[in-house]
Amino acid sequence: MPDLTPLWLTLQIASFATAIAFVFGVAFAWLTARFSFWGRDFLDAILTLPLVMPPTVLGYYLIVVWGRNGWLGSRLNAHFGISLMFTWQGAVLAGTVVAFPLLFKSARAAFEGVSTEYEQAARILGDTELRVFFRITLPLAARGLLAGTMLAFARAMGDFGATLMVAGNIEGKTQTASMAVFDAVQAGDYTLANTLVAIMSLVCVAILVTINKLASRGRAGR
Amino acid sequence: MRLEVDIRKTLHSGARRFELEAAFSSQDDLTVIFGASGSGKSLTVQAIAGLVTPEQGRIAVDGEALFDARQGVNLPARARRVGYLFQDYALFPHLTVRENIGYPLKKGWRFNLLPEARQEVTEIMASFEITHLAGSYPAELSGGQKQRVALARAMIKKPSILLLDEPFSALDSMLRHRMRMELLEIRQRFAVPLVVITHDPADVEVFGDTLVIFADGRVEEVSSRAKSAAPEVEGWREKVCWRAQWKKEHLAAHRFVPAAGI
Repeated sequence: MPDLTPLWLTLQIASFATAIAFVFGVAFAWLTARFSFWGRDFLDAILTLPLVMPPTVLGYYLIVVWGRNGWLGSRLNAHFGISLMFTWQGAVLAGTVVAFPLLFKSARAAFEGVSTEYEQAARILGDTELRVFFRITLPLAARGLLAGTMLAFARAMGDFGATLMVAGNIEGKTQTASMAVFDAVQAGDYTLANTLVAIMSLVCVAILVTINKLASRGRAGR
Repeated sequence: MRLEVDIRKTLHSGARRFELEAAFSSQDDLTVIFGASGSGKSLTVQAIAGLVTPEQGRIAVDGEALFDARQGVNLPARARRVGYLFQDYALFPHLTVRENIGYPLKKGWRFNLLPEARQEVTEIMASFEITHLAGSYPAELSGGQKQRVALARAMIKKPSILLLDEPFSALDSMLRHRMRMELLEIRQRFAVPLVVITHDPADVEVFGDTLVIFADGRVEEVSSRAKSAAPEVEGWREKVCWRAQWKKEHLAAHRFVPAAGI
C-alpha cells in the first residue's frame, strides 16, 4: 500500500482554503453584485487576477506580502512570532488565493441571478437586511454558490506552483498530492504515482459531474 | 383613508435624466394612478412603499408620515405597514405557497411558525380558496393562482394600505375581469384602501374613485368621481380612453423608448 499521507494533507489544505475563500468570495461577490460604486470594475479585475496569473508569479507575490520580511509577514512575525512560509498553513494561504476567483466569479453570477424584486418583497413583508440576505438571497443563490465552492475546492486541491513557492515540498508536512505525483514520477515510483493520479482524477470527475447536475437542475427547476 | 404624496426625485441612467415631481392626495379608498410606461407612476408607488427614497418631500398615510425630508423621517419598508402586489407577484420561488404566505409571520430565526400563526395562514388560504395549493411551489401555479397567493401574502399582516403595480397585466382578459371583481371583494372584506397603478382604461372604471394621471414624471391631473356629477361619469371613460389612444399615437410618432425601470 503506497503512502497516502499527501492525499490527506491535500484534502485538509484544500478544505481550509475553500472555507476561507468562501467567506471572502461570497462577501465580495454580494458587494459587487448588489452595489454599484466607484472602482467596482477595477476591484473585480483585481480579485479575478489569480485566475490568469502564472501560479509561480502568484506565489512570488505571496512571498512578498506574507514572507518573513514581507509587508504583512514581518508584522505577523514581530507580533506573534509566527511565519506562514514552509508550513501547511502557508499552503492553505496559497490554495485560498488560487481558489478565490473561481468562487468569487460563480458567487457574483449567482447573486446577480437573484432578482432584486424578491429582496424588495421581503423587505416590505417585514424583513431586516440581514434576514433578507439569509432567507432570500442566499437560498436562491445556493446552487450557484455550491457549484462555485466545488470548483474552488478542485482548484485548491490541484495547485502546484503557488503552493510550492510558499510552502515548499516537505514530505509529510507540506507535500500535497500533486507534488507527490511529481516526486514519484521523478523517482520512478509508478505505483504511488498511479494511485494518486487515479484518486485525484476520480475526485475531479465526481466534482464536475455534480456541478453539471446542479446547473441543469437549476435551469429546469423552480 | 388619506394618502398624501408630494415628492421629488431625479434618476440618472447614463446620459438620460428622469425627473419625478409627484404631488397628489387622495381621500378615497380606491385610487388609480394612470399613465403611460415611463411616466413615473411605478417610481411614485415604490417611494410610498419605501423601496426608493425621494430627495425631497413628504409621504403620509392617514396623517402618519412615512417619509418627510424636512423632519428627517424615512421609515424603512419593513416598518411602513404597506401591502404591495408586484407586477409579476414576486412569490419566493424556493418556498411553497404555505411558506410564502406565512413568511411575514415568521419571528426571529426559527424555522417553524408558531401555532397561532399557522392557524392564521390556514384561515387566509381558505378565504382566498387556495388551500389545495398549500404544498405547491410558485412555478407550478397559473397566473390567477399566483395572484391570489401574492394577495394573501400581502394581506396577512393587515396592511393599512395595499399598493398594486399593474396587477392584471400578466393575466388574460377573461381572468382579468374576474380578478378585478375579486379585488373589490378583498377591499370590502379586509377594509383596506387600494392604490392601483395601471395603463388600462378598464381598470380606471372599476377602481377609480380618485384618478391620478401621470405624464412625464409629473402629475397632470387629479380628479375624483365622487365630486363629478352623474352625467360626467360617462365622460370619464372617454377621457381616459381618448388619452390612452392619443398617448399610443403620440409615442409611436415620436419613437419614444420608455426608460426601463421607471
